[in-house]
Amino acid sequence: MTNGFRRGAKGAVLIDLTADEAAVLRSMAALVLELVEEPEEQDEFATMVGIGTSSEPHEDPVLARLFPDAYGDDAKAASDFRRYTEDELRRHKRENAQTMLESIPAEVPRTGCRVELDLADAHAWLKGLNDVRLALGTRLGVSEETDQDVDALLSGARGVDHPDAAALHIFGWLGGVQESLVLAIQGE
Amino acid sequence: MTTAPVELERPETDQDPRPDLPWVTIVWNDPVNLMSYVTYVFQTVFGYSKAKANKLMLDVHHKGRAVVSSGSREEMERDVSILHEYGLWATLQQD
Repeated sequence: MTNGFRRGAKGAVLIDLTADEAAVLRSMAALVLELVEEPEEQDEFATMVGIGTSSEPHEDPVLARLFPDAYGDDAKAASDFRRYTEDELRRHKRENAQTMLESIPAEVPRTGCRVELDLADAHAWLKGLNDVRLALGTRLGVSEETDQDVDALLSGARGVDHPDAAALHIFGWLGGVQESLVLAIQGE
Repeated sequence: MTTAPVELERPETDQDPRPDLPWVTIVWNDPVNLMSYVTYVFQTVFGYSKAKANKLMLDVHHKGRAVVSSGSREEMERDVSILHEYGLWATLQQD
């Protein structure tokens, strides 16, 4: 099992992953990439001038969390803001997920692999990992109370009473990886 | 040579009714975002010291929300956009 990210040479950060861990990270990044794909119906002219077509808040809780309203108390302003900025936010999230996918080899030998990131890619990973955790955590209905279940699962306890114990375990593991990346980027 | 574009007047209704009051960016508590990550984002986005960023993060965590920056509406829209890129749950409003 990985020890998480650590500082490498020249400001780079690196992580050693088992083949299974690499596969989990790749598939989670691919899921987010799919979630934040451009909406299918896009007005060509609107795209050209940088105005998106989405102005409604998202009904799907995961998308609502990834693309929140900017105005909590003014639906009209929130809708205008979304129309002008959501495409850009989508593009940003796509690029981060793409960076994650590109830095993990598709075929990892059984001995595992090392992923080394420069500072720019490390930041893309930091945001990309956060989007992955937001998507998974929202889907699992993670709350402050779930923390204990996650801790128990990570410490190897059995019989944790949660219908999504396996996914919750992955969620907890991703939190550890992200935490190590926050520290490694800061040189701690 | 080109003619200057016609200056479009903004309709009265679009004008801020209380232009002298500052706008604020608020970050709301969220069960997923890591505390260390939120602190790091405040340091990176706003250039706050680690102590100030950590205090704001704890305010968000314990009080459910915290004002993290203030300024013009345009500035706050920019801050909210950047915080959404980082996945923080941020909104703006007039103070």
